[in-house]
Amino acid sequence: MFNKLCERVYDQRRAMSAEVPGSIPGGRMQAPVVKWYDISLPRRHSSVLFTFFVAFIDSLRLMFKCDRVPFYHLRVVKLHGVVSFFIMQLEEAVRDDVAEWRAGGPAWGGLDHLLRNAGPLSTDLNPEAADATQTFLRQHCKILIIGAGGLGCELLKDVALSGFRHINVIDLDTIDVSNLNRQFLFTEADIGKSKAHVAAQYINSRIPGCRVVPHHANIMSFDAQFYQQFNIVIAGLDSVEARRWLNAMLVSLVQFNPDGSVDRSSVIPLIDGGTEGFQGQARIIYPRFTSCFECTLSLFPPQQNYPFCTIANTPRLPEHCIEYAHVILWDKLKPFGDVKLNMDNAEHTKWLYETAKARSEHFGIQGVTLRLTQGVAKNIIPAVASTNAIVAAACANEALKMISAIAANMDNYMMYNGKSGVYTYTYKNEKKPDCPVCGTPQPKTFQVSPKDSLAEFLEQIAIDPDIRSKKPFLRSSTGKTIYASTSPLREATQSNLKKKLGELITSGTELTLADKDLPFIRTLIINYK
Amino acid sequence: MFRLTQQVKETRIRRETGAPLHKAGHIRVQKDISELDTPPSMHVSFPDPDDIMNFNVALSPEEGYYHSGTFHFTVSVPDDYPHKPPKVKCSTLVYHPNIDLDGNVCLNILRQDWKPVLSLSSLLYGLQLLFLEPNPDDPLNKDAANLLKRDSHAFQRNVAASVRGGYVAGTYFPSARRR
Repeated sequence: MFNKLCERVYDQRRAMSAEVPGSIPGGRMQAPVVKWYDISLPRRHSSVLFTFFVAFIDSLRLMFKCDRVPFYHLRVVKLHGVVSFFIMQLEEAVRDDVAEWRAGGPAWGGLDHLLRNAGPLSTDLNPEAADATQTFLRQHCKILIIGAGGLGCELLKDVALSGFRHINVIDLDTIDVSNLNRQFLFTEADIGKSKAHVAAQYINSRIPGCRVVPHHANIMSFDAQFYQQFNIVIAGLDSVEARRWLNAMLVSLVQFNPDGSVDRSSVIPLIDGGTEGFQGQARIIYPRFTSCFECTLSLFPPQQNYPFCTIANTPRLPEHCIEYAHVILWDKLKPFGDVKLNMDNAEHTKWLYETAKARSEHFGIQGVTLRLTQGVAKNIIPAVASTNAIVAAACANEALKMISAIAANMDNYMMYNGKSGVYTYTYKNEKKPDCPVCGTPQPKTFQVSPKDSLAEFLEQIAIDPDIRSKKPFLRSSTGKTIYASTSPLREATQSNLKKKLGELITSGTELTLADKDLPFIRTLIINYK
Repeated sequence: MFRLTQQVKETRIRRETGAPLHKAGHIRVQKDISELDTPPSMHVSFPDPDDIMNFNVALSPEEGYYHSGTFHFTVSVPDDYPHKPPKVKCSTLVYHPNIDLDGNVCLNILRQDWKPVLSLSSLLYGLQLLFLEPNPDDPLNKDAANLLKRDSHAFQRNVAASVRGGYVAGTYFPSARRR
């Protein structure tokens, strides 16, 4: 099974590198080569054509009063017996690019063209600023890519080839064999190494002139000063928590002028990409100007968490049976002794599957398969390479537009759905006035029964779309510590979990909620029904 | 100046959010505690779980001169935290260049280098660093500091003796051995 997978990945990669024109597998990318039309005329025709060609060149020289028609190409012409004036013109046009490639820099003639010429792709044209833009892009612009995984690899490639030179990349993960089918900056030899380091090294060696600085770390281990140095941040993250944190960090960096207006120089735009199977999204967050991530948090469906009582007593879905085996039976029966469930262990997976299967048969539920078991227990979201490519391209595109101002940015959210057809739609997410990160937050009121236990209330705030606090630390406004889910106060407050809310707090009490994963403090008000 | 702007900003936020003024320090401490992620060598405990402004810290350094001992601190956070730093006292008698025999601790972030962006977590790691790398250039216990500068082996012997329990340089140190 494993070998087959490796083989497949390998074939795919080989096929990919063969398809890329001008590339040598594992070698440095070559300069874009202008293909000469190889007409392969019979020999006897070539001399006639050659004479005609020389005359043609001479007449051109007279016509344009210039000596710059590249005569050395005649040598090539002689060798190939091929004539194509238009191609020569093309060669002339890209010569600067080619020279730049040979000198060790990527060819950005395309961008230069967009900066200097109006067209469908460059609508907000300002040719006077073209030089300044180019200089800024090449020398000063710093961009941060967060994540060097599925989206990250695509983003790095897109951004580097678009002309960004000073790139930083953060990823805390290491390379796994299952990454290789889509994370094309990695090879089999890199398994186990840091994603950020390998990706940076690959881009640096393949795109000369580009300087990628890798950080093998958690985004939360960097402080405001670190994030402040960048002009743009592009995120290819895989969790809502990390996005919330990053968003709050970038919003907090915004400074205000004495008159209360936003100091625009302190605004660092965030471009956030995300994919799940065949669906994806890209969005732009201009902190304090557009809606932020927290403003639209309630749009995310809650993570698939099945109510405990359903799993235990009234299972209806195959997933319920698997969760029962996973969450309850594993700890109860300890089939392999006192070890943690490891879904990469075939025996563990098999046990889980068989246990879930037995339970599903008991309740007459169809559909428990080994594959589903793995999916549910590992919480696997299938990754599709093409979705990553599309979403990353959209993000890189927006970054380039932001820096070069060749066209207006999207406003401000694009969704992509490749499930049934190829569909994208761009619309504007509005700011939320009481957003706890970029607005003026209001206390959130909960209507509960005094007979509910504290544990039940905590479940409620864990799934509440506005709050989603999984590691809560609750204190009442009267200075009482109600519950802390993390040490050092957990032991002292654990006994409160079983108590009824009525015993702990009175109706109308204000609670302050802090959470390790939440970048802010919320005030909750408890009202009894 | 930085502190003033920060203060003005927080007052504005408080006005906007309607949070009572006196609680700001408590709320910040609550946030800091929720973010505490202590390694096994640090143990934080609250004598009164409702009073989060006062707590104890026990440090058991895993390496360095002090690796065999456990050292206790009491931390008291002022109401105007984070504009003022927390107050820290060492309740274990310890032979240390930066801690005097009354338990006063000399750590830069507890005094002149304190900034409101620092947190309780930075404080704990600062204390830990003090035990991993005692700083003889900024001493409270001058004898210990001089000895560390002059003869690190003799210093190490003195530390070991004080942690084990006994007289060092004329002072009796009760045992601070890790249990």
